[in-house]
Amino acid sequence: MLNYVLAEPLGDPDVRHSLVAVLALSLSAAPVGVFLMLRRMSLVGDAVSHAILPGVAVGFLAGGLSIITMTIGGIVAGIAVALLSGLITRMTEIQEDASLAVFLLLSLALGIVIVTINGIDAARLMDFLFGEAEAKMSAEKLLVIAANTTISLVALALVYRPLVLECVDPHFLRSVSPAGGMAHFVFLGVLVLNLVSGFHALGTLLGVGIMIVPAAISRFWVRDVSGLVAVSAGSALVSGIAGMLMSFYTHVPAGPAVTLVAGALYCASVVFGPVGGLLWRWVSGRHLEA
Amino acid sequence: MAAQIEFNNLTLGYERHPAVHHLNGVIEEGALLAVVGPNGAGKSTLFKGIVGSIKPLAGAIALGGVSRREIAYMPQVAEIDRSFPITVYDMIAMGLWRRAGAFGSVGGKLHEKIEEAIASVGLTGFESRAIGGLSGGQFQRMLFARLLLQDARIVVLDEPFNAVDSKTVEELLGLIHRWHSEKRTILAALHDIGLVRENFPQTLLLAREPVAWGETGAVLTAANLRKARQMCEAFDEEAQECVETRAA
Repeated sequence: MLNYVLAEPLGDPDVRHSLVAVLALSLSAAPVGVFLMLRRMSLVGDAVSHAILPGVAVGFLAGGLSIITMTIGGIVAGIAVALLSGLITRMTEIQEDASLAVFLLLSLALGIVIVTINGIDAARLMDFLFGEAEAKMSAEKLLVIAANTTISLVALALVYRPLVLECVDPHFLRSVSPAGGMAHFVFLGVLVLNLVSGFHALGTLLGVGIMIVPAAISRFWVRDVSGLVAVSAGSALVSGIAGMLMSFYTHVPAGPAVTLVAGALYCASVVFGPVGGLLWRWVSGRHLEA
Repeated sequence: MAAQIEFNNLTLGYERHPAVHHLNGVIEEGALLAVVGPNGAGKSTLFKGIVGSIKPLAGAIALGGVSRREIAYMPQVAEIDRSFPITVYDMIAMGLWRRAGAFGSVGGKLHEKIEEAIASVGLTGFESRAIGGLSGGQFQRMLFARLLLQDARIVVLDEPFNAVDSKTVEELLGLIHRWHSEKRTILAALHDIGLVRENFPQTLLLAREPVAWGETGAVLTAANLRKARQMCEAFDEEAQECVETRAA
């Protein structure tokens, strides 16, 4: 059965690239998603992911379909928005969520204006927004995604301890070390790298799906940080592979396919997850009644 | 006794809104000082200034030869994310930050020290629990174990007895008195006036500005406490007016 399901897609090198790319993406996007969730920053991830679009669009103008220029454009725009949004919140009276929502909308609008003015065709625009149909990916994209994963994992390993402490007890961390601010910026950088990877694999609108949804899934299964990262990476990988195969067979773009599989896992976790899942609450509720 | 902490016309605050004004004075080495004042009096802000978590808007804090990183600081519980999935052991081990830093391993000898600290606050057996599962008293015991590991010359405690049962207060006060006998300098923000009178020889009564500072008995008079409350309220009203005039 598995043989049959995999034989045809694995015969296509472009599909093989996609499958390896989701493996790489799961390894680094999952821990980033977990930290976003633990810092109650999931919406920040969403906002910055859309902010990447105008940068990618400018990269596209400058270098055509060159993956490298689009990647650089995306990274620059993502970092700029992450910093600018924080700055505006601090300097004015606006709440951070409202400020991020504004950035999200403006960047999306600006990005689409830039790409359409320059005569992008509708099919290519769909690829930008939702990822390529039939799970195809060039070797060049795979290399960029793998490089981003490598950099992310090394960077996260370096700032792991201050990052955890900054989440739990930021004032204590500031009293023992200046590393907190640095850890925060490294984390934002890693976030942007993974959002750019997510964009390449799944499109700009849903690239963040493989980061946020698996993190939310993991919360229903384990309690400790390393467990959250492991469960999250595992569910990202399962959703990524299954979603890409679904995209291959049904011609649905990769972004929605992968995100929907992750969504199905999320629903199952909400019901069956041993940590606060509905089923257990119901069962223990009955227990108390008896 | 040498001066351990010296405030020099210190003004502290957030976003250019000052919370502590014009504080001058000296805390001597080995002092056991309570910082008392109404809510919003600037106690937490003062402590954050001392440990370097926020920078003075004006004036300065001198630390008598001790580096800021050598102060053991216990933030208010409300400033800690208790839902974060970290174990009691890991949280306490962070007290070794100066030795282990961001990368150093925490094994062997350090592990023994951690277990020792856990035992001396009576939390043995709780090591692998998540911090979210602790009661108020157990949580404070955990924070005290972390302070023990920091082994610092200056200890700064922000509301160490909030939501803590009386038995735990007794035991933790024992630790504070032990530190005092070891000639460490201790500052604690506290609400319970009776507890301050019994245990803290010196008190700073703060209401954004210092109201009184000295021997506890002379500071905590009814007149001074009333004055502190009025000053805080007056300040809030004044601040209100400022905002309104600016809007108009």
